[in-house]
Amino acid sequence: MIYLDNAATTRVKEEVMEAMMPYFCEKFYNPSSVYGPSRNITKEIQEARKKIANSIGADENEIYFTSGGSESDNWAIKGIALSQQNKGKHIITSKIEHHAVLETCKELEKQGYEITYINVNEEGIINLEELEQSIKEDTILVSIMTANNEIGVIEPIKEIGNICHKHNVLFHTDAVQAYGNIEINVEEMNIDLLSTSAHKIHGPKGIGFLYIKKGIKIDSLINGGNQEKGKRAGTTNSALIMGFAKAVELKIKNMKTNNEYILNLRNHLIKRITKEIPYVKINGSMEQRLPGNINISFRFIEGEGMLLKLDMAGICASSGSACTSGSLDPSHVLLAIGLPHEIAHGSLRISINEENTIEEIDYTVDELKKIINELRMLSPLYEDFIKKEGKINV
Amino acid sequence: MYSDKVMEHFMNPRNVGEIEDASGIGTVGNAKCGDIMRIYLDIDKNTHIINDVKFKTFGCGAAIATSSMATELVKGKTIEEALKVTNSAVMEALDGLPPVKVHCSLLAEEAIHAALWDYAKKNNITIEGLKKPKSDITEEEAIIEE
Repeated sequence: MIYLDNAATTRVKEEVMEAMMPYFCEKFYNPSSVYGPSRNITKEIQEARKKIANSIGADENEIYFTSGGSESDNWAIKGIALSQQNKGKHIITSKIEHHAVLETCKELEKQGYEITYINVNEEGIINLEELEQSIKEDTILVSIMTANNEIGVIEPIKEIGNICHKHNVLFHTDAVQAYGNIEINVEEMNIDLLSTSAHKIHGPKGIGFLYIKKGIKIDSLINGGNQEKGKRAGTTNSALIMGFAKAVELKIKNMKTNNEYILNLRNHLIKRITKEIPYVKINGSMEQRLPGNINISFRFIEGEGMLLKLDMAGICASSGSACTSGSLDPSHVLLAIGLPHEIAHGSLRISINEENTIEEIDYTVDELKKIINELRMLSPLYEDFIKKEGKINV
Repeated sequence: MYSDKVMEHFMNPRNVGEIEDASGIGTVGNAKCGDIMRIYLDIDKNTHIINDVKFKTFGCGAAIATSSMATELVKGKTIEEALKVTNSAVMEALDGLPPVKVHCSLLAEEAIHAALWDYAKKNNITIEGLKKPKSDITEEEAIIEE
């Protein structure tokens, strides 16, 4: 089995698993209790929180553990919408956000908030001028992702933050895909709130954090006990926090070496595909991009068939086709960068990491060549295209 | 999510290709929604028997499997018998489809009808019970512009 879907989730590393194990059967105590064993766990969690805070240049008191990326996004947007509603009800986001942000905004629209969805250019990069012009008196929050989950494009976060602060507006960024893969410093990048998730960086599923800059007032999403400084109730998830911290430690420590290795694999894959398969298009900026992301459209074919055939060949990848999203429309991200529907349907996302090998990449390209050819032989669009080309050539 | 039958037809589709000087050609669906089916029929003018049928499909696994199954079901049949191959017959033959893929079987039925309609038009005949297909599209429309 060749796993090339690391933007969907990653394998939990053995070290991460080991870091979590003691907290299930032995150190199971509720960290909030007063007795000795609980106090010890609290100290260990504090260390973990510190380690995680350091990874983004934050203070440990600014890290709030959540159940993951979706909760962090929901909390940041709804929490600020509620706490700032006296100032205004206008929020700005982009057209290529993750559903956790887009659906949250749509929900707020139903409740009387006004949302502006900023465009991106054909590279997938947000229009800064449009952003600045969209800010109004009653704008309370800008939420733009650090890097996109489908096309891996990295947004100009520092500049966005700068614009927000110039106009006295809070800035949230969904860094679920970016965190651990590129350097992030909340101070330098003018970030007020930042969402992450552990399972994208070899940590366990079910945990993430929301960074909330000191001094920012935010309403709670989950009320109850006094955990996370009274802002997010729920018994402290010791095991997952320890696993998350270990994953962060490994990811940050090896970021540079890993990225060099991953980039090498990615460039090899892109070079082979563009050379060996005709009528392909790489989607999204190649310069401002996460190292492990590749998104390609293969013309004349539909993505689901490609995924099924890849699966048969033992390769796991993902697509932006409608059939994989459960609706008739293909990926909103690919449409936002200006791809026609029919080309967006034939897209493939490959997300690699340091556990992949050059042999896996070569095998994948070899299989893809066969698969694309088979599906094109089946495609009436390809038939028409070839006939049309033929006529032109005659 | 797909039955073994669907996967089998998707991996080894029957009757793929084109028929030169076909008696009737039908193309349905549109690229925007991600499904286009084209059916070629070779019909014996005297016996009204479908001697040969070929297809080409742009679409998901279910779209390819339903096209493949639909061609199998009409091959060797008379026009009257072919008209009785409904989308439920195609679905049944494939051991069912996931709910979101039912439209693929409708498209397959529609593609057969469109090809029969084309045959009737070319030969200036009326096929009883055949209605004008809903979503027939011309070749030009099916071509993706760069």
